Amino acid sequence: MKHIVIVILLLISTLSFAQVDTTLLKRQQVDSTKQQLNMDAVYNRPFLSFGKLPVSVGGYAEVNWQHIGTDGVSEGHQFQMRRMTLFVASSISKKIKFLSEIEFEEGGKEIAIEFASLDVEFHPLFNLRGGIIMNPIGAFNQNHDGPKWEFTDRPIAATQMLPATWSNAGFGLFGKTYKNNWMFGYELYLSSGFDDAIIDNEEGKTFLPESKENAERFVESASGTPLTTAKIAIRNKKFGEIGLSYMGGIYNTFQDDGIVLNEKRRLNVFAIDYNTTLTKINTFITGEWVWINVDTPETYTQQYGDKQYGGFLDIVHPVLKQKMLGWDNATLNLACRLEYVDWNVGTFNETGDNIGDELCSIMPAITFRPTQQTVFRLNYRIQRQTDILNNAPAKLGGFSFGISTYF
Amino acid sequence: MKIRFFFYKVICIITMASCDNFVPILSENEEVLDGEMVGLTLAQQAEFLRGDEAFGEVFTSSKGLGPLFNTNSCISCHAGDGKGHPFTTLTRFGQSDNSGNQFLNVGGPQLQHRALPGYQPENIPNGATFSKFTPPAVTGLGFLQYVTDEDILAMADPNDTDGDGISGVPHWLPLKDFVIPASNAISQNGMYIHRFGKKAVAYDLLDQTVGAYNEDMGITSTFNLIDTYSGLSIDPEVSDNTIRDVVAYLQTLKAPVPRNQNDPKVINGKSLFSQINCASCHTPTLSTGYSPIETLSFKEFNPYTDLLLHDMGGDLDDGYTEGNALTSEWRTPPLWGLGLSESTQGGQYFLLHDGRAGSISEAILLHGGEAENSKNQFVNLSENEKEDLIKFLESL
Ligand code: HEC
Ligand code: HEC
Repeated sequence: MKHIVIVILLLISTLSFAQVDTTLLKRQQVDSTKQQLNMDAVYNRPFLSFGKLPVSVGGYAEVNWQHIGTDGVSEGHQFQMRRMTLFVASSISKKIKFLSEIEFEEGGKEIAIEFASLDVEFHPLFNLRGGIIMNPIGAFNQNHDGPKWEFTDRPIAATQMLPATWSNAGFGLFGKTYKNNWMFGYELYLSSGFDDAIIDNEEGKTFLPESKENAERFVESASGTPLTTAKIAIRNKKFGEIGLSYMGGIYNTFQDDGIVLNEKRRLNVFAIDYNTTLTKINTFITGEWVWINVDTPETYTQQYGDKQYGGFLDIVHPVLKQKMLGWDNATLNLACRLEYVDWNVGTFNETGDNIGDELCSIMPAITFRPTQQTVFRLNYRIQRQTDILNNAPAKLGGFSFGISTYF
Repeated sequence: MKIRFFFYKVICIITMASCDNFVPILSENEEVLDGEMVGLTLAQQAEFLRGDEAFGEVFTSSKGLGPLFNTNSCISCHAGDGKGHPFTTLTRFGQSDNSGNQFLNVGGPQLQHRALPGYQPENIPNGATFSKFTPPAVTGLGFLQYVTDEDILAMADPNDTDGDGISGVPHWLPLKDFVIPASNAISQNGMYIHRFGKKAVAYDLLDQTVGAYNEDMGITSTFNLIDTYSGLSIDPEVSDNTIRDVVAYLQTLKAPVPRNQNDPKVINGKSLFSQINCASCHTPTLSTGYSPIETLSFKEFNPYTDLLLHDMGGDLDDGYTEGNALTSEWRTPPLWGLGLSESTQGGQYFLLHDGRAGSISEAILLHGGEAENSKNQFVNLSENEKEDLIKFLESL
C-alpha cells in the first residue's frame, strides 16, 4: 500500500513538473493499424516520455453512465468511474525493460497491480519475463485496455467466467518471429494461481474470478504448485491472428503445514482467439472462445459445475472515416458484440434435463473515435440469463454510454 | 458531417431521457410468486428487503457452511419463492412410527448429502426408511402463521363424525425450547399444534427457519447451536437479527394472486372442486386472528389447505414419518400458486411431497386413503369437467 502511494506521488509530481514545460513531453503515437499480436499489447500502448528520461508513463480512464433494468426493476441512472489505470515503463538498460500497470477501480476502492514485469531480451525468440504477469489465456486478458474496445462493459466470458484481468506473480519466456506475411509468437509462464474459492464462493457456482479476491496469491500460492499458462499465436497479414492457449494446474490447498487435507484437484482451461480486419470493407472482427474444466469433489453435487464454456464475438464496422468536428482522422463505427456463457455444462442426474446457469447477450453499439486513443461509445444490451434450474430467463436490458481514453 | 454527428448526439440524449422505456418490462404481479404484500409500513418494507437479501445469501466454508449440508442458500432450494426441483429435493430418514427417529446417532433425520472437501457426506443407513421432500413454495406463509388454533381445531374431525371419510388431525407436538407459543395458542398435555412442513412438525416460521439454517446449510444460530456433523455445540454462524429478518420476510411475502377468475371454465372448475370434496381438505378460505403485522391481522384469504394431517393411503406412504404423524399422513399442502409452480421448477410440474407427479391430474390420481372417495369422483368426471377442474387449479 505504502509503495503504491509513493508511486502515485512520484507520478503526480513528475506529471506536474512536466506540465511546466510541455515541449519536454513527447507523445509516442501508436499506430493501431500496425499489425501486432495480442501479446504485444503491453508494449503497444501510447506512452508519454519526458525528454531524455528513460521512463515513460501513460494510462487510460473509463467513465460511464448506464441505465439498465432487469425484469422491470431498474437501478435508475448510474454514473460510474469504472477504472483508471496508470502505466509506467522504463528502459533499465539496453534489452532490459520494466513495464507496469496499476489499476484503480470503483473510485479507488480497489487498487491492483495488474502487471509489473521485468523483461530481459536475449533474442527476439527468447525473452525472460518475471514479476506480476498477465496470464496469456485467450486474447482479452492481455489486451484489455478500455479504449481499444467499442463497448463500455468488458466481455462477460472474459470477466465472469475467465477472471480477466487475471495476473499472478510468476516467471516465463516469450518470443516472436516474422517471415514474409507471417508472424509467430509464443508465451510460456509458470505462476501462482487459483484456490478453493472457485468452488466455495458466494456466487454459488464454479467461478474462477473468485480467486482474484485472494491478494495472498502474489506472495503465496494456495496449492503450492505452479499454474502453467502457454500460448501460441500466428498472424497472417491477410487472414488475421489466431491464438491457442492453455492454462492449468492444481487449484486447491491439498496440504498445509505438511498435513494432507485433500486430494489434488486440477483445473484446465483452453482458449482459442481470433481477430482480423476484412480488408475490402474494413470490418474488424475479434473474438475468443473458452472451455473450462474443473475437478470438483463428488461431495459437492452438480451445483458447482465441472465444465464451463463461453466466449464473445465483436464486429466493428467503420461507417465514416474522415475529418469530423475538427478531428482530422475521426471514425464513426457501428458495432455489435455477441456473448454466450454456460457456467454449468451438463445435464441433471435427477432428471436428465439440461443444467441452466447460462447467459446470452447481444449488444449493438455506435461509437465515435475522434482519434484512435479515445472512444465515445453508446451501447444497448439485450441479455437473457437463466438460473441453474433453467427457469424462464431474467431479462436484462438498457443503455450505457461511456468515454474511454488513453492519456 | 457535423450535422450527422449532431444528429447522433441528439439520438443519445433522447435515448438517455427516455430510457425507462427501454428496459425489459416487469412481469405482471399475478404472474410471479415473489414480491411483498401490499400495505406494509415503510419499516416493514425495509425489513422485507433485508430478509430478502438474507434469504439469498450464499454461505461459504468461511461463513460457517457445513461441514455437512444440502446446499448453501435458502434461495437455491426456494428459487423465486416457489416450489423446488428434483435437484433440490432433500431426503429424510430413520423414523417409521411414533416411537421417534431410531437413527439420530447416524445422521437422522435429514440426509446431508453434501460435505466440504475432506468430509464425507451422509448415506442412508441400512434398515432406515426414508422419504424425499421437494421444497414447497414459501409464499403467503404469514397468513397461515396467524390462523388461530381454535380455527384449526374446528376443521379437525379425528373420528370422522360427519361420516364423509375424511378425518384430519392437527399435529400436536411439544415446543422446541426456543419457540414461544402464540398468545392465543391452545395446548393439550403440554403440546401445541404445529403447522409448517409436509408433516407439520414446525410450529412457526422461526422454528422452520432456524431448522433450515441448521439442517440444510450447517449454519448454527443462538436458537440452535448444535452442529449437525459433530453433534456438539459450536459458535453461532448467523445472527439473531438475520434470522428475524428472514422470518419477517417470509411473513410478509405476498399470497399468490389467482388468475383468470372470470373464465367460465375456471368458475365451473371451482364449483366442481367443492362438489367432489376436494375442498374438505383443501379448505378454500381461512382467516387470521390478531397479528402484530397490521396487513395480516383479521384477514380472509384463500390458501386451499386446512393445515391438518390426513391419511393419504398406501401410494403416498413411504414408510417414513416425523413427530406423531403416521407414515401415510401428510399435511394438506396449500394449492394457491399451484399454477405458477412450473415457473420455478424449470418449466415442468414436480408435485406431491417428493415431486413424483408430473402433472396436476397425476397428483390427484395418486390421492388415496381419506381422499380415495374424492379421487374416485374426480375419475368419474367427464373429460370436460376434468379439464375445467384443472383449469381452475391452474388459475390459483
Ligand atoms: C435443501 C433445500 C432447502 C433449503 C436450503 C431450504 N429449504 Fe426450506 N424447505 C425445504 C423443504 C424440502 C421443505 C419442506 C420441509 C418439511 O416438510 O419439513 C422446506 C420448507 C420450508 C418452509 C415451510 C413451508 C411450508 O409451507 O410449510 C419454510 C418457511 C422454509 N422452508 C424456509 C426456508 C428458509 C428460511 C431457508 C434458509 C434459511 C430454507 N427454507 C432453506 C427445502 C429447503
Ligand atoms: C383427504 C384430504 C384431501 C382430499 C380430499 C384431497 N386432497 Fe389433495 N392433497 C392432500 C394432501 C395431504 C396432499 C399432499 C400429499 C403429498 O404430498 O404426498 C395433497 C396434494 C394435492 C395436490 C398436489 C399439491 C402440491 O403442491 O404438490 C393437488 C394438486 C391436490 N392435492 C389436488 C386435490 C384435488 C383436485 C382434490 C379433489 C379431487 C384433492 N386434492 C382432494 C389432501 C387431500
